Amino acid sequence: MELVEAIILSILAASTPLLIAATGELVTERSGVLNLGVEGMMIVGAACGFGGAWLTGSIFIGALFGIIAGMLMSLIFALMALGLAVNQVATGLALTIFGIGLSGLIGAGFVGERLTPAAHLYVPGLTDIPLIGRVVFGEDAFVYFSIALIVGVWWVLYRTRAGLILRACGDNHVSAHALGYPVLRIRTLAVMFGGGCAGLAGAYLPLAYTPFFIPGMTAGRGWIALALVVFASWRPGRLVIGAYLFGAVTILQLHAQGWGVGIPSQFMSALPYLATVIVLVLLSRARTGGSTAPAALGTVFVPDR
Amino acid sequence: MPAYQRMLDPTLNGLHSGESPLLRTVGLTKRYGDFLANDSIDIDVWPKEIHALLGENGAGKSTLVKAIYGLIQPSAGEIRWQGEPIVLSGPSEARSRGIGMVFQHFSLFDNLTVAENVALGLDGKESFKDMSARLEQVSRTYGLPLDPRREVWQLSVGERQRIEIVRALMQDPKFLILDEPTAVLTPQEADQLFVVLERLKAEGRAILYISHKLDEVKRLCDTATILRGGKKVQTCNPRLETAASLARMMVGGEIKEVKAAAGRQTTIPRLVVNDLSLAPDEAHGVRLEHISFELKGGEILGIAGVAGNGQDELFAALSGERLSKDPGTIVIEGIAAGHLSITKRRKLGAAFVPEERLGHGTAPRMKLSENALLTGHAASGMVNRGFIDTAATLKTVDKATETFDVRKAKRDPEAASLSGGNLQKFIVGREILRNPAVLVVSQPTWGVDAGAAAVIRQALLDLATAGAAVLVTSQDLDELAEIADRIAVMFHGRLSAPLAASEATREKLGLLMGGSSLEPKEAAHAVGA
Repeated sequence: MELVEAIILSILAASTPLLIAATGELVTERSGVLNLGVEGMMIVGAACGFGGAWLTGSIFIGALFGIIAGMLMSLIFALMALGLAVNQVATGLALTIFGIGLSGLIGAGFVGERLTPAAHLYVPGLTDIPLIGRVVFGEDAFVYFSIALIVGVWWVLYRTRAGLILRACGDNHVSAHALGYPVLRIRTLAVMFGGGCAGLAGAYLPLAYTPFFIPGMTAGRGWIALALVVFASWRPGRLVIGAYLFGAVTILQLHAQGWGVGIPSQFMSALPYLATVIVLVLLSRARTGGSTAPAALGTVFVPDR
Repeated sequence: MPAYQRMLDPTLNGLHSGESPLLRTVGLTKRYGDFLANDSIDIDVWPKEIHALLGENGAGKSTLVKAIYGLIQPSAGEIRWQGEPIVLSGPSEARSRGIGMVFQHFSLFDNLTVAENVALGLDGKESFKDMSARLEQVSRTYGLPLDPRREVWQLSVGERQRIEIVRALMQDPKFLILDEPTAVLTPQEADQLFVVLERLKAEGRAILYISHKLDEVKRLCDTATILRGGKKVQTCNPRLETAASLARMMVGGEIKEVKAAAGRQTTIPRLVVNDLSLAPDEAHGVRLEHISFELKGGEILGIAGVAGNGQDELFAALSGERLSKDPGTIVIEGIAAGHLSITKRRKLGAAFVPEERLGHGTAPRMKLSENALLTGHAASGMVNRGFIDTAATLKTVDKATETFDVRKAKRDPEAASLSGGNLQKFIVGREILRNPAVLVVSQPTWGVDAGAAAVIRQALLDLATAGAAVLVTSQDLDELAEIADRIAVMFHGRLSAPLAASEATREKLGLLMGGSSLEPKEAAHAVGA
């Protein structure tokens, strides 16, 4: 019983950074921009988040630092890929490489320091319910925020005019421009939202997951978040399922090793990517005619004035 | 005089209902670098007027209306709206003043619903529910039926245009711009559109109607302004002009007439298609269904049809860009070729000219000589033991330049630097110089000036006279009537039986293009009589 609860708790903790980062990337990609720099923005968010919290003693300020760091990183991307219309794939990859180096530089002074991790909710009575008590009423603020975030993104995308305009930019930027929508401004905002989310997801790692900073601690989570957006076929609902599924795989992989199951851990680590490939194949076979990916994804847009 | 006095003074209301036109441009100029897209253009558009904007591709029509719609800022000159000079910050301001526009290349979003597409064209002040209700009301009032919940990719081209028109009408515009609205319609659909336009005019709205179809303009429009090379040539009453005089103003000279050589003989079948069916390979593609025809040497077969009915897919299947599982479905020069690659088909004597000049017909950033090599490497002597014979590629360019009057700045420029007409002449010339037995050409004169179009059509006729089999896909019925011996129509991936050109009236072709078959209609007619 206690083991099951512990596993569920650790799955939630492992899934939360994936969910936050992928939510941000989903919004970016829905506007038609492919930012492959999620890993880089996350790792810089982790270094700055830890630094902020360590200097001020406040987890909240640390998280804020993480968000701002991620946004600044994404602004570099926006300047290159949107402002100067450079190839988005190349720019995103460069951003990741740059972010890994930069985070090492920022975090060099913090390596070996420890923080008090983010506090968990405690509601007397409710949190003490066996099995579900701690899962539902005993999480840290990041977990609740991540769920509010994806619900909010779903609502904005499908229930508001702003969301409709964002989806329109991702479907056909030429049409959106012809109707008078500021495509590049909308995309810049979407990229910044994605950057902020990636930064927060990165900051979650040293602020709540493990209470210290080590270089390269994102360990490929940014790439999993990117795969997750494809896995979810750009839909918020499927993104939630995918995030917890991918989180579960990473946790079960640790336990499988402990239980002596004879599956190589490398295979388990590769599972999220394998799952994404399988989903892509299934989607392409089940295609009825509409396109699942935002039709303008990754294409350069230069408005004529 | 202040505006309110003008309104009170009845003596100032002359022929037109107000003192000043609804919209006037004064010396409107748009400069791109040292290229003048619009050079000091003055036009007046009055209420209750359908005003045609005539001109060839590149004459500056689209630039002018983009400036009026606020999409681009004029470099000089001004726009006056109801007598007041205005500067438009963007299309939304134009829309809020009462200027609406229906684009030639639709500004629609394929993966959004009809209602969402309409909502994006409005200012968003009403709720989505109210907007949907009004959408149904407007579409009913004007006889433009639409299902608001369907996604655009599921709709036909005619239905897509309806979305654009309804979207513009929902803002109750005083002034509506239509950019070549009939280019993608069957003759019957165009007739329905004209009814709607007449009605809008009767409601007191002004319409600026861009076209290069002279008959249409003479029939529909009260005034015509002709543009050429970015300048205004004249404003006239098109009903008092002849099609020939309008064409002269558009082109700035007489157009050479295309002549078919007398006594053209048809020989053996050189291209045979047997029951070709092919599933689409793209999300929004068309399925080819049971296409069969036989094309003899010395013959030109025209394929008409509204764009997007499978013409692109048929071209891909014929050229070998898509392979067929059954080799016998396509027979080139007596050899089953359905499974053969593009290069092998070229070696059999086939040549292909796709619709899209840049990116499909040529690699835009490569030189003409390199582009000549790209289609000529297999079946002409431009490659020697794996090495490129540069002199031979340049010779091909020179020969195409000379034979087909390709005008360019230097001997071997990049493909993208040529104008549409000159590049098209080069591409068609490049293929014809290889002396093909079979030439498959798609939209040979699309977006090409009248002079170049005449050269290209003449070249196709001469090629057929020399014994080749020529397949021409075109949306321009006049073009097909001019050069084709037989005309077939594509609709929803099916090809009708070819009609002899002499029997292929606009009405018959229009019915086929709209998906009706000829027999039941004629039977019904007989009963009626």
